[in-house]
Amino acid sequence: MQTIQEIQNQIIDEFNFFEDWSEKYQYLIDLGKNLPEFDKKSRIDSNLIKGCQSKVWLNSSFKNDIVIFEADSDAIISKGIISLLIRVFSGQDPEDILAAKIDFIEKIGLNTHLSQTRANGLLAMIKQIKIYALAYQSKK
Amino acid sequence: MLDVYKIRKDFPILGKKVNNTDLIYFDNAATSQTPNQVIDAISNYYKENNSNIHRGLHSLSADATNKYENSRSIIKNHFGAAHEHEIIFTSGTTHGINIISSGLEKSISSKDELIVSEMEHHSNIVPWQMLCEKTGSKLKVIPINDDGTLDMEEYISLLTPKVKFVFINHVSNTLGIVNPLKEIIDLAHKNGSKVLVDGAQGAAHFKINLQELDADYYVASAHKLCGPTGVGFLYGKSELLNSLPPYQGGGEMISNVTFNKTEYADLPHKFEAGTPNISGVIGFGAAIDYMNSIGFNNIEVYEKELLDYATENLKKIDNIKIYGDINNKISVISFNIGNHHPSDIGSILDQYGIAVRTGQHCTQPIMDHFNIPGTVRASFSFYNTKSEIDLFIDAVKKASKMLG
Repeated sequence: MQTIQEIQNQIIDEFNFFEDWSEKYQYLIDLGKNLPEFDKKSRIDSNLIKGCQSKVWLNSSFKNDIVIFEADSDAIISKGIISLLIRVFSGQDPEDILAAKIDFIEKIGLNTHLSQTRANGLLAMIKQIKIYALAYQSKK
Repeated sequence: MLDVYKIRKDFPILGKKVNNTDLIYFDNAATSQTPNQVIDAISNYYKENNSNIHRGLHSLSADATNKYENSRSIIKNHFGAAHEHEIIFTSGTTHGINIISSGLEKSISSKDELIVSEMEHHSNIVPWQMLCEKTGSKLKVIPINDDGTLDMEEYISLLTPKVKFVFINHVSNTLGIVNPLKEIIDLAHKNGSKVLVDGAQGAAHFKINLQELDADYYVASAHKLCGPTGVGFLYGKSELLNSLPPYQGGGEMISNVTFNKTEYADLPHKFEAGTPNISGVIGFGAAIDYMNSIGFNNIEVYEKELLDYATENLKKIDNIKIYGDINNKISVISFNIGNHHPSDIGSILDQYGIAVRTGQHCTQPIMDHFNIPGTVRASFSFYNTKSEIDLFIDAVKKASKMLG
């Protein structure tokens, strides 16, 4: 299993190939399209993350001491961004999730392409991921 | 005829680069840009006149007071009010609405009914819901038709003798539709109901005469009319404003203060407690003067030309849906493309330096009516150009292609 930092470095390497913002956006759009849609059962308000202009649902489960995240959104670029977050955080130990420093967003230059509204949404997603990790840590 | 390239030189921000490309500003329905004439008026106030108004005997205070009151006179004349004291300076449209909603708390009872429409901005819904909660009165809603216009037949049937007030926008901020205000007001008056008009979107696009309209209250914001943010006005007929209690207590709004009894000042000071936004009010006056120097007729004709040009070209894009696509509207286009989320389109447009608004535009009931998460809203002003619209259309096509 790769560590959170290793996955982040891999994403940074992938984004280094892109020459301009439109290639980055196209990649996020493709990632968003490849992330499976939630069934209606999981697209419920209690899974909604507050603070996003588009709707983002985050679901989690805890098996064999690791946290599994699933997410969905009604907007495709948001969905691409959360698919990166899932790649980084899903399948990790709660302690590692809580200790993780997230630097890939800045390093792939995504922050400069996100409006303030969207950047706030992204922070809200990471916060919610850490809240789940904290809850599971106490269950261990 | 309006010379747009000459006008653009008045707006320093229009020369700005965003994401390494020239800014194209199509979010005018949220905030219009500010010309040098307004920036200079504000800046000169601080350089030359800064002092507190109405109280000081010294020359600076007298100059500041004159400039502040001159704005009241500019606004009274421009909007065709009967008296200067009927113009109350506020922090904006929302503030104006709240002065009235809180002022009505004692005079509205549980037997009364109030009317809003389905196309109102949240700021012309929530204060009335709060008033209903406090008084037990009932809020009724004029529905919209599928073309976005008001269902006037339904409005007429909602106008029962219990209706004390109708709260209606002049122009829908989301759809740009211009409501038949004169007809709405006349019907309400025949029913014995008063009307408050949310003029946030109307005031910037055509000349308004408040006495002809016979509106009881009219509220608007300076920042939609090339003026500064944080300032606006509330117009009310004298006898109505006189019958309302003050909104805030403080300095300026009193004529006599003792611990036994305080007497309130006359209009307009009764509603202008504390030190007002003096520089903002002066800037507001300069903005109205500026727009009049261009001419509201010219503005109306040119903006209609921009609207028709953009609408015609947008309609050529596959799977586009324009909401409220009727003739009688201001230069606002709300649209979606296929099932693409408006925020996806808006984010990509931003990369091309194009500022549009996406989302619900503070009008969730309209979104619920059309069963959509939001729209992309492009709103044009008299300083925008057809070549900007060409770039916008091209960027929308590219965004749609990227999203697949």
